[in-house]
Amino acid sequence: MNRISSFIKTFVLWELWQGLSVTFLNFFKPAVTIYYPEEKAPQSPRFRGLHAQRRYANGEERCIACKLCEAVCPALAITIESDVGEDGTRRTTRYDIDLFKCIYCGFCEEACPVDAIVETRIHEYHMEAPGENILTKDKLLAIGDKYDAMISADKAADAKYR
Amino acid sequence: MKALIPNFVLNIWDWFPPLTQYLIETTFWIVVVMITVILSVAFTTYFERKVIGYMQGRIGPNRVGPWGLLQPFADVIKLLIKEVVIPEKSNRFLFVVAPLLTLIPALATWAVVPLSDTFVIADINAGLLYVLALTSVGVYGVILAGWATNSKYAFLGAMRSAAQIVAYEIAMGFALVGVLMAGGSLNLGDITEAQAGGFSSWFLLPLMPLFFVYFISGVAETNRAPFDVAEGESEIVAGFHVEYSGVAFALFFLGEYANIILISALTSIFFLGGYNSFFEGWTFLAEDSFLREPSLLWLIIKICFFIYVFFWIRATFPRYRYDQIMRLGWKVFIPVTIVWIVVEGVMAWMQVGPWSNLSG
Repeated sequence: MNRISSFIKTFVLWELWQGLSVTFLNFFKPAVTIYYPEEKAPQSPRFRGLHAQRRYANGEERCIACKLCEAVCPALAITIESDVGEDGTRRTTRYDIDLFKCIYCGFCEEACPVDAIVETRIHEYHMEAPGENILTKDKLLAIGDKYDAMISADKAADAKYR
Repeated sequence: MKALIPNFVLNIWDWFPPLTQYLIETTFWIVVVMITVILSVAFTTYFERKVIGYMQGRIGPNRVGPWGLLQPFADVIKLLIKEVVIPEKSNRFLFVVAPLLTLIPALATWAVVPLSDTFVIADINAGLLYVLALTSVGVYGVILAGWATNSKYAFLGAMRSAAQIVAYEIAMGFALVGVLMAGGSLNLGDITEAQAGGFSSWFLLPLMPLFFVYFISGVAETNRAPFDVAEGESEIVAGFHVEYSGVAFALFFLGEYANIILISALTSIFFLGGYNSFFEGWTFLAEDSFLREPSLLWLIIKICFFIYVFFWIRATFPRYRYDQIMRLGWKVFIPVTIVWIVVEGVMAWMQVGPWSNLSG
């Protein structure tokens, strides 16, 4: 009996019609596509994108050249050199992040005792010339200055879970 | 129409001997049909990407022109300005000729396709044989491309395609024997005329199994998914056209889609009454309604439907394994068609049900 019914089912293409009905119904369902440059998907405040270095409210840079981020970086993307600064404190003279090496894991942010290095939610950036993949200290600070309000808001939103 | 043409043109026209007039007129219509088919090919590629996109929850091309309608032209321009790379150890002549061999039969077959009740380029008696012959020639393009490329992948693709098309050609031919019995003629126009009189007199109902066999064989014949083992991108890269680029590749592309349109047109002519109206003989429409008249519009609607089915199938089914293709062709389709030809003959002879008004 079973063999007869499966024989008939084969001949009326039963399973093929089932498959076709699935695609046919999907044909009328709305597309899930987001029209990217015009529309954007929602983003978490924890999003790990382009890096930035922050300053305190008085303009003093936060980084104390403890090199914890350099030590924790699994991709060896961070290079730090330090010296005694003008005010007698320890400061970085060089703080480079190679964006080609970086895997955006966020460990540097976790390791930082003073919340100096952060990853912002910026993810739409590009490089136009060789060497632009190296984020120097100046560039990092400039990004931090430019997007300070956004970074502070994101950190505040996430603070209660940390 | 004639009133629009200035008098002196008509005078020059009358000077030509009748043979020249015939040649010019036929060439004109050939060019018109060819350009129409090629333009339809362009928009068929767009249609395919849209249909498959929607079935997969995407939207398909939507950036070039309004709703992405200019996408096919962008693709064509891109392919035209690319370099045609000819592999050093290939057979240059066959390598270049092969794409043409897939495209030309697909276009030449349109000569016998009756586009409306008054228009067909070549009204020849053995139209069905011509169609069978030309669709078989199409496979030479694939085989020669695979052989001339002198690459193992291309050669495997060509061999697969050759075996597959030989297998399905037979089932296709048998399915057409059924059509020819029902239509009582080899002329495509006569076959269409035999189906005049609305849905009930189409060959779809009495020849249902042959219809499915013919359409599925058509899908296999055009090397489309789920029968696209000749390309088999997951196994043999791109099969017979691995080494093709630029214009040569564009010609293969054109040939493939021209074949899709052709198979759709032939299926609608053989089983769905070609240019005949679906509503013929229906009384709720006005007596002079154009929907009840046979016209090109109906053929176009039917062709579009079958093209849609091609893409629907592609979006639904995974690729057949090679031995399954062979099994389906030789052990399922050929017996089914032979049995149904016998059934059709007996039923028509005994005047039973939907078979009773077949002319054969």
